[in-house]
Amino acid sequence: MSSAGRRPVTDLALSGAHFGSKVIEERGAVLRRLRRTDSLFRVATRTAAYTVLLILSGVILALMIGAWPALSTLGIDFFITQDWNPVTEKFGALAPVYGTILTSLIAMAIAVPVGILIALFLTELCPMWLRRPIGIAIELLAGIPSIIYGIWGLFVFAPFLQQTLQPFLIALFGPIPLLSSLFAGPPYGIGMLTAGLVLAIMVLPFITSVSRDVFDAVPPVLKEAAYGMGCTTWEVFSKVVLPYARVGVIGGVMLGLGRALGETMAVTFVIGNAHKISASILAPGTTISATIANEFTEAVGDIYTSSLIALGLLLFVITFVVLAIARYMLLRIERRIG
Amino acid sequence: MISLYAGRKRRNGLMIVLAYAATAFGLGWLVLILGQLLWEGLSGLSLQVFTEMTPPPGGSGGLLNPIVGSLIMTTLAVLIGTPIGILAGTYMAEYGRYEKLTSVVRFINDILLSAPSIVIGLFVYEILVVSMGNFSGFAGAVALAVIVVPVVVRTTEDMLLLVPNTLREASAALGLPRAHIVLTIAYRAARAGILTGILLAIARISGETAPLLFTALNNQFWSTNLGAPMASLPAVIFQFALSPYADWQRLAWTGALIISFTVLALSIIARILSAPRKSS
Repeated sequence: MSSAGRRPVTDLALSGAHFGSKVIEERGAVLRRLRRTDSLFRVATRTAAYTVLLILSGVILALMIGAWPALSTLGIDFFITQDWNPVTEKFGALAPVYGTILTSLIAMAIAVPVGILIALFLTELCPMWLRRPIGIAIELLAGIPSIIYGIWGLFVFAPFLQQTLQPFLIALFGPIPLLSSLFAGPPYGIGMLTAGLVLAIMVLPFITSVSRDVFDAVPPVLKEAAYGMGCTTWEVFSKVVLPYARVGVIGGVMLGLGRALGETMAVTFVIGNAHKISASILAPGTTISATIANEFTEAVGDIYTSSLIALGLLLFVITFVVLAIARYMLLRIERRIG
Repeated sequence: MISLYAGRKRRNGLMIVLAYAATAFGLGWLVLILGQLLWEGLSGLSLQVFTEMTPPPGGSGGLLNPIVGSLIMTTLAVLIGTPIGILAGTYMAEYGRYEKLTSVVRFINDILLSAPSIVIGLFVYEILVVSMGNFSGFAGAVALAVIVVPVVVRTTEDMLLLVPNTLREASAALGLPRAHIVLTIAYRAARAGILTGILLAIARISGETAPLLFTALNNQFWSTNLGAPMASLPAVIFQFALSPYADWQRLAWTGALIISFTVLALSIIARILSAPRKSS
């Protein structure tokens, strides 16, 4: 199409030959309206982005204000004692902090190797057509609400452990000096070990899906080269895939740890809610989140309520640090791959 | 030489068996938990569950008021949380893609995404329940909305980033202002993905218990008043399951079944929506 012989459109527009002044005015109005909605939308999206920041700073600020009465009256005792006595208003965070860390450690000790092995299965051993269904099934475990794990743990899993695993552990480690105190006591069913095991099932899908994604991102050339040299599947995995994907796996593990530390409902059902530190991992204990969930609505007195909020603040700080490390690790591997 | 080779093979065989065992272990829990849930929940499932109020101990009844309470609070939470989430995600993908603010918001959002939900409950208790003087369904909805926001922000940003830039450039060349490019082109292209994010957010909050415990509290009776304590399915399950009454415990199992299958259905729909389309 040639425009030879025609006057350029711009010339027409500039001379105003075909447009009445009314038309131009209407166009101006439309343009102004468009510009207004344009800047309005931009401001709205920017405000929403700031809202996200506002929420997080709000959480930290509200918890600090709520925790202040307890922290200022109890001082350092809050962090280093394990008394929890609403009558004398003496509150120490040691028992719940210990419970939180111990149950999470039990969970990670089981979930990390199992999760990584499942990821190995999904990326190296599983037939192609089965990969997606099995991957989805494992991820469905992450979708089940935590209260379901709680009710199942209380009515099914704890009685089962009481009759099988716990008597077995007590009998097995009873004669061994140091370990006997770790596995001492009657099999209650509920307790630290049970909570840790339920948490292990809950964080398993997080570790599996992150590990699978980073294993998948390992360049095939590296694996093929190793296979070509005659490495076995396990050698390829442990000497090539795992070192390459290490940072990402650590990120996934930290993500799971963050979940385990903050998990509330499942733990509340099966931990037993005892405010003491026991040497035995079969004994009932408590965690930060279980303590808050159980006692908050019943707490009377400012110091009691405030102590529980201070526990919440402590939990938030711990998970914040763990999650920040997880994000940093995952960001590092993303940069390397991307 | 031969023994070294045999050892390597043996170790490889062992690890492969372990990998199979680990997968069976993981899948086993899923089957066990869902099986138990079906077994215990189905026996108590009847029309009565959906038409009657929660009973006093020993009485007969259903879960109508907690179901309605959950629906109201979830709906309100989505109505509050989704617009904020979509707009924030839009800013990050469309306006501030290379800005410092975006990477800060992304980091903070990821923290919020996996922050312990009980802490969110405490936060809303501090800002709403304390200032209003009582527990309320509204506070419960706000707590859930705080959980909705990060999920929607994350998926909206991810989905908008997938929209090819050529679409934006083409519409800009037609003279479309930036806002209209986003509203009429980018949103339309990313529609399925954004919808998936909202569904995932609903799935996430419909099972949340911890943030409701001290915001919406619970209510034995029928109430649709947002200014008063409101029943919700998870809170009722928590209360009933830990009670010593057998009929309450049975209702807790039934409630658990309803929640789980709602959540699983939502996540499966979300998965189908977001699945890459077969090459056309």
